[in-house]
Amino acid sequence: MTGTDGTQFLITGARPLGDDPADVLVADGRIAQIGTSLQADRATVVDGDGLILLPGLVDLHTHLREPGREDAETVATGSAAAARGGFTAVHAMANTEPVADTAGVVEQVWHLGQQTGLVDVFPVGAVTVGLGGERLAELGAMADSAAAVRVFSDDGRCVSDAVLMRRALEYVKAFDGVIAQHSQEPRLTEGAQMNEGTLSGRLGLRGWPAVAEEAIVARDVLLAEHVGSRLHVCHVSTAGSVAIIRWAKSRGIDVTAEATPHHLLLSEDLAETYDPVFKVNPPLRRRADVQALRAGLADGTIDIVGTDHAPHPAEDKECEWAAAAFGMIGLEQALAVVIDTMVRTGLLDWAGVADRMSIAPARIGRRPGHGRPIAAGEPANLVLVDPHARREVDPARSASKSRNNPYRGLDLPDPVVATFLRGRPTVLDRRLVDHA
Amino acid sequence: MATRVLDQSDISRALSRIAHEILEREKGAANLVLMGIPSRGVPLAHRIAERIGAIEQGAAPPVGSVDITMFRDDLRMRPARPLARTEVPPGGIDGRTVVLVDDVLFSGRSIRAALDALSEIGRPRAVRLAVLVDRGHRELPIRADYVGKNVPTSLRETVRVRVVDSDGVDEVVIGEDA
Amino acid sequence: MKRHLLSAADLSHDDAVLVLDTARELAAVSDRAVKKLPTLRGRTVVNLFFEDSTRTRISFEAAAKRLSADVINFSAKGSSVSKGESLKDTAMTLQAMGADGVVIRHSASGAPHRLATAGWIGAAVVNAGDGTHEHPTQALLDAYTMRHHLAGGSGDLAGARVTIVGDVLHSRVARSNVLLLDTLGAHVTLVAPPTLLPVGVETWPCEVSYDLDAPLPHTDALMMLRVQRERMSAAYFPSEREYSRRYGLDARRSALLPTDAIVMHPGPMNRGMEITAEVADGPRSVIVEQVTNGVSIRMAVLYLLLGGAETA
Repeated sequence: MTGTDGTQFLITGARPLGDDPADVLVADGRIAQIGTSLQADRATVVDGDGLILLPGLVDLHTHLREPGREDAETVATGSAAAARGGFTAVHAMANTEPVADTAGVVEQVWHLGQQTGLVDVFPVGAVTVGLGGERLAELGAMADSAAAVRVFSDDGRCVSDAVLMRRALEYVKAFDGVIAQHSQEPRLTEGAQMNEGTLSGRLGLRGWPAVAEEAIVARDVLLAEHVGSRLHVCHVSTAGSVAIIRWAKSRGIDVTAEATPHHLLLSEDLAETYDPVFKVNPPLRRRADVQALRAGLADGTIDIVGTDHAPHPAEDKECEWAAAAFGMIGLEQALAVVIDTMVRTGLLDWAGVADRMSIAPARIGRRPGHGRPIAAGEPANLVLVDPHARREVDPARSASKSRNNPYRGLDLPDPVVATFLRGRPTVLDRRLVDHA
Repeated sequence: MATRVLDQSDISRALSRIAHEILEREKGAANLVLMGIPSRGVPLAHRIAERIGAIEQGAAPPVGSVDITMFRDDLRMRPARPLARTEVPPGGIDGRTVVLVDDVLFSGRSIRAALDALSEIGRPRAVRLAVLVDRGHRELPIRADYVGKNVPTSLRETVRVRVVDSDGVDEVVIGEDA
Repeated sequence: MKRHLLSAADLSHDDAVLVLDTARELAAVSDRAVKKLPTLRGRTVVNLFFEDSTRTRISFEAAAKRLSADVINFSAKGSSVSKGESLKDTAMTLQAMGADGVVIRHSASGAPHRLATAGWIGAAVVNAGDGTHEHPTQALLDAYTMRHHLAGGSGDLAGARVTIVGDVLHSRVARSNVLLLDTLGAHVTLVAPPTLLPVGVETWPCEVSYDLDAPLPHTDALMMLRVQRERMSAAYFPSEREYSRRYGLDARRSALLPTDAIVMHPGPMNRGMEITAEVADGPRSVIVEQVTNGVSIRMAVLYLLLGGAETA
């Protein structure tokens, strides 16, 4: 492309948020112009004919494993997977080794994300020291650090002590933070392996009852109401939880909630294979729960999709179920799953996808540079989406270090054509852009 | 296209002749044990034993069965087969003359397997072989001591023995291989 | 029959009767001077026991040796340190050794299933007990024992009334028995306190009762399951005394059984907890027979899985 300088891009004929086709000119990190039949001689043309243009996706719930478990994933490889999935920002959960419970660790993660430069990595801070559930971590220090932490979570563990949860909810009001709770009553789920029900009884796997999630959700929304705080509920997995959150919102409680792609698609019957690729926390539930989550995501009771991308090395999954780690990867298939479960079923339109996967997560995470409207002057965090292309999922082609992909072998959409982070392409023609 | 080569009375006469021949050769019924090879060798063994008892006007010699399934040399060529009953008469077979009884003698492999099975049960003084039909085509050096009828056949043909105990009729039929 | 025996549900009615009939023919071998058959000569059977069980391992070992198989015993307590590595790495070693059959006992439900389906080995897999999931050969020897006493030793168990009592929630023996007895036409009643019954038990092919005395007069075979004292600390029941009073088999309850009823136990017994010594050693008890029958059943299973050509 003679004459282009690699900093300007003209995306032609794509449909922003599914609206009428338009040309979008990206320059100097921003959307410079939107119109029809735009001309820009120095711009690289990206053909968007038939494609949808969305704001870059924002994940409020990712595990990048660095520091400590670089055998499973690093900030670099996780960022690559995120960019391939159409994300321009991810929130990296705090259950690393060491735990991200100090300004030092969150700044380290933040720097690593900057160095990689494929997505904006916003570290999540732990609520309690060492995720131990006993003492509050230095939430203020983390908020004031270069990482500017706003989301705090002990994800992996539940903040089960009611007093501690109350204090945490109150404390973060000072800096507009939010506690993101992993809802799991620990005593009811000791040794739990899969959803508790007829199937777990038959398979001889200890059950993880729905009530263990719902009881905590109920308690937390009431606490949030009582102390006037925001609450975010991670990875909602049961119909009962959806109902409680719906009720809470009707009362004006400031609660937001997320659902993972795997909980929108997969159900507990996959455990019959005893293949630990399907072992996850919270577990895969019944078909009725899957339907309730989709309905909740459609009507806004569930505000966002959060991937809970959880990489694990092969030896933690190639074993018997009870010995396997909990978790599935999902950054690269998240949008594909949402397209199949929500868009193609008519539950969400493209504006809805933009809201659930970009605008709302950015708002909850308090990230003003992301989830922006597609309008002139806005930062050019964009993803170009092919709504029709499909492909069989092959875990070997993943940019993630790990292969614990529950969608392997499934025929899913292959939507991400290009991803732009502040005007610079991280993915073009479906491939990561190499920028040494 | 099936041909009946032996009918009920043919079979009855053949078994009677075999009973006489056994008594003549073994010089009486003392120390005899008849062991039928399942499935059809067993009712045939019972009938020969009854006839021996009638001729000698005494008790029929003991009858048992010896299942050869586990000793077949083609065991690994097909999925595992159900076992038939091995019944060793009281007194066993040690030191006695065992007369193996089978319906058809063909390649000789079943008899070899039966000899191996017998050796796991005990040590007979001698083993004889009685068959209703010998159709030739031996693949091992095995021969019958007592034969009801020699029926030369081609390899394309099948020889089927039917007994009233399990098939409702006594007959021997030759047919073409399908 | 299927290539592996992982669950009692793998056996159709005819498969199950075939195993019982085969075991009956093989039982005679144990009475002979030469207790051997050449059937599995040249085949290698590995006993892969990640959980201690001398009795079951010896039973499988005897069964394999009586069929002239080469037997290799591997005892590994699956330590939490080497957790999953043990299973896959061990499996690949067995594959390299040319194992034809693997008998596996493991504390994790589904471990035999993983071994059979993960693509690590090509051998036939026999589940000798996995976690709280299943123990199919135990159910087979139990059915064999019942058939001998209640059905003349042949056919199936149509119409037999079986009552199983104890910690059903944690019992792989109970799960396998319920499945197999249903396949064989028996009528099963489970008796336990509500805390020791799994969620969804009402969908199982059996009845459920919280009261032990009621089903006893209509029981042909009474099977008592082991109840671990440790369950008390997890609040499954308040005390040993209360458990044995409400669910234990003593002389009084034994007298409620019909005259020809039999009493069974998979072992090991907690004498005084779920069963008194008096009943365990009494005339109705067939507990010792169960152990003997175990060898014949396991010979039958090994023969049917390994004795012929490999099924696809």
